Amino acid sequence: MSSTRPNFRHPKQPKNDIGYTRTDYEGAVSTLCAGCGHDSTTNAIIQACFELNLEPHKVVKMSGIGCSSKTPAYFLSKSHGFNTVHGRMPSIATGANMANRDLLYIGISGDGDTASIGMGQFAHALRRNLNLNYVCMNNGCYGLTKGQDSATADRGSAGKKGIPNPYESIDLCELAIELGASFVARGFSGDKQQLVPLLKSAMSHNGLAFVDVISPCVTFNNTSSSTKSYQYVREHIEATNTFDFVPLQQEILTHYEEGTSQEVVMHDGSIIHLHKADSGKDVTNRLKAVNNLETEKEKGRLLTGILYINPEIEETHDIINSTLRPLNSLTREDLCPGSTVLDKINAAMR
Amino acid sequence: MNKIKRTNDFVIRFSNVNGSGSASANNLFAKAIFRLGIPVSPKNIFPSNIQGLPTWYEVRVNESGFLGRRGGIDIAVAVNGQTLYSDYQDVLPGGYFLFDSTKALPEKFQRDDINVIGIPLTSLCNETVSNPKLRQLLKNIIYVGALSFLLDLDFSVLTDSINLQFKKKPKLAEPNILALETGYGYARDHYPDVCRLSVKKSNRLGSEIMMDGNSAFALGAIFAGATVAGWYPITPSTSVIEAFERYANAYRVEEDTGRKKVAIIQAEDELAAMGIVIGASWNGARAFTATSGPGISLMSELLGLAYFAEIPVVLVDVQRTGPSTGMPTRTQQSDLLACAYASHGDTKNILLFPCDPKECFTLGADAFDLAERLQTPIIVMSDLDLGMNDHISAPMEWDDRRNYDRGKVLDADGLEQMKEKWGRYLDVDGDGVCYRTIPGSHPTKGAYFTRGTSHNQYAAYTEESSEYEANMKRLLVKWETARSLIPAPKIKIRDTEHKIGLIFYGTSTHSTYEAVSRFSQNGVELNSMRVRAFPFQDEVIKFIDQHEILFVIEQNRDGQLRTLLLNECGIAPDKLQPILNIDGLPITANFITDSIRSSHAITSLELFKNQATTGGKS
Repeated sequence: MSSTRPNFRHPKQPKNDIGYTRTDYEGAVSTLCAGCGHDSTTNAIIQACFELNLEPHKVVKMSGIGCSSKTPAYFLSKSHGFNTVHGRMPSIATGANMANRDLLYIGISGDGDTASIGMGQFAHALRRNLNLNYVCMNNGCYGLTKGQDSATADRGSAGKKGIPNPYESIDLCELAIELGASFVARGFSGDKQQLVPLLKSAMSHNGLAFVDVISPCVTFNNTSSSTKSYQYVREHIEATNTFDFVPLQQEILTHYEEGTSQEVVMHDGSIIHLHKADSGKDVTNRLKAVNNLETEKEKGRLLTGILYINPEIEETHDIINSTLRPLNSLTREDLCPGSTVLDKINAAMR
Repeated sequence: MNKIKRTNDFVIRFSNVNGSGSASANNLFAKAIFRLGIPVSPKNIFPSNIQGLPTWYEVRVNESGFLGRRGGIDIAVAVNGQTLYSDYQDVLPGGYFLFDSTKALPEKFQRDDINVIGIPLTSLCNETVSNPKLRQLLKNIIYVGALSFLLDLDFSVLTDSINLQFKKKPKLAEPNILALETGYGYARDHYPDVCRLSVKKSNRLGSEIMMDGNSAFALGAIFAGATVAGWYPITPSTSVIEAFERYANAYRVEEDTGRKKVAIIQAEDELAAMGIVIGASWNGARAFTATSGPGISLMSELLGLAYFAEIPVVLVDVQRTGPSTGMPTRTQQSDLLACAYASHGDTKNILLFPCDPKECFTLGADAFDLAERLQTPIIVMSDLDLGMNDHISAPMEWDDRRNYDRGKVLDADGLEQMKEKWGRYLDVDGDGVCYRTIPGSHPTKGAYFTRGTSHNQYAAYTEESSEYEANMKRLLVKWETARSLIPAPKIKIRDTEHKIGLIFYGTSTHSTYEAVSRFSQNGVELNSMRVRAFPFQDEVIKFIDQHEILFVIEQNRDGQLRTLLLNECGIAPDKLQPILNIDGLPITANFITDSIRSSHAITSLELFKNQATTGGKS
């Protein structure tokens, strides 16, 4: 967007429980194309952080390279951000997380960044179950280099150039489930009602929460022949279920009839209520989760919502049994064995 | 027959089949020499293979303290049928050839200038060892026993070592000692007065230690407070991380919780290993990785990011023989150019060159201070010889008053006290190094967006030519600052007329000093400079300017340090004569001596007459 944002804000903007307004979670003005799906996703992230009462400086934004990876500049300007190298966000996020386990890490990537050049790093961050909110803004094309097909473009789908993509597409969500992910969801940038609670659930998850957001590219891949256009996605969307996300310490006001909803307790005590009434998809079983995706795909439908969740899988720090204190807070006294120990080591080398 | 007769000065080479358990027997021998106070230098020459291929263990015993390879074999212990003939051929005239005489030597073994010592290792082993599982291992111990007699090596040092090794399992010590006695007895009964090489207790060694460079570097990382290691397995660097983990398990476990004060992540490749280091360092932890040549190629991508975004990185490159997969288990000093200028665009990285385990420890620890002080990658250039072989070294030292230099980091108080606007890439001190902040330290101040794209002084994206240019030039100011912080060269002036100067680094050091000493004994003094870091300081340039002719001694084909010197210091190419060893084995004193003596560049000086070396190049 080339427009500028007015500085004026309503003097009585609502504040969240820790006294921040929604403005406190905003970033610089977006330079993406007007109508870009990524800007809606960015807004959903801002809304989720605001509603979750996150302290902005306790959030770290990581990204790779591409249109999507530019977006961390457009939200949470009070957070540190790191726009890394193409496809390498997961490893740099791994290092950052190892250094300080107390911060919340949001990793932004795109379909080129994740499904092609960064496929290896994506897979291994999942295997490690790194405590990271991995958001893939998926538009099926390389926007920044002017619209080439990406590895998530459906076979037969055609963008602005009109040439149908001849290759099979990679379903990042299915792949994530197979690679042992502990939280996999899919949203649509055009459906804020679903996307905001999806992101909030992901942020409360302890481990790698992968959120694939179908986020249309208005300039290169919003054609009538594309399966990643606004219109196509709106017409073909299907949800696993509707759900409520109840953060820890919030009173549960809604009453759910027994048998109609399934409760998933997150690591931090937050609860996700999955309403089975809508489509009755079981998202806590890996095999069924993959079947759900394939079944809908056969019908030509795009399944969204929480696709798979398992809060019991250990995250990296627990796997390697590292200290509960942030490693970057440890001092020489904590870390250096000192000269007496070194003398003993020397003696053992004689 | 002529017999080489020397005490505490010889080269012995063991030829074994890899995977046959020979390493512990050979180590037992080398360690015994060390414990007798005699300088000793073992080199493991091994294949890229787990079982069944030839492997050699060459031990230099040298009372004078020369620890590089000399060249030539005085005594061979040949227990590998695959290499028996070449091992036989390699023995110097007057030398000794010990073999397993269970099977007689074939017809073609007809040298009459060496002393053949047959010990029926296999049959002796079968007679004395009933457990077939142990036979393979103890066959090797038998030849150590035989050597004890042949070399007059104090038997009790061997038994003491065995008892120490099996302190917790004394039952295993018994068959080992029996094997030693078997070998000793056989040699005593059949080869009295044959071998004129001998080992005599010495006081040459005092506080010295014997260890490998990789373990020493790992300890340096432990002492310097490294908490995050990202890595990918690659010979010969893997043992750096293995040692780091071993020491972390000993010294980095919280007493109350049992949790570790360290995060070691085996990554999916070297790209990710370097990514982990960058992420952790950016977030305020001390982090490092270890790799070798092929890993450097992959890491080059992210080294460029670290250079341009100015993130501390500590990387130890345990160099091996390239290019490509090359000879993965052989040594070389051939990654200098790849590391110095790693990554696309205008990039330069700081290199440190340790030459022994103590320096692996010291420069390893210093690398963490330098990386944070300069906010840039520091690459410690080790190699397979230094990293994986045991070396005699002065003991490692640590000053308990030493604080970690975390460099220019603004914490919450620092940010609070700032009056001017803080800029991540604003050079307020004029040394090219700017202040950084760590995520999570302050609610409203100090957040910025780190990027590998062009940025202005306030870390905002820019395509403004003048801002890009100013930033790139500031990085050169930082480069100048680095010169004053990195270790200075070790210069030794023996010839005040400054005729000839030798330049070298890392594992070429020991053999070069031996060559210098040989020339000195013949009345020719050579000056020397051991380079310890890149970029080069003024002393380096001054040393070169002072001399008429200089030899740059390296273990690569293309003279990579020489190229760096020519490129960075503006020196006339003819002035720097390359001496290059590229056989994948540690450079020998013989090779250096011969190369200098036969150099066309100095024939006019007519310095070298009647010089002799001891045997061949390797």
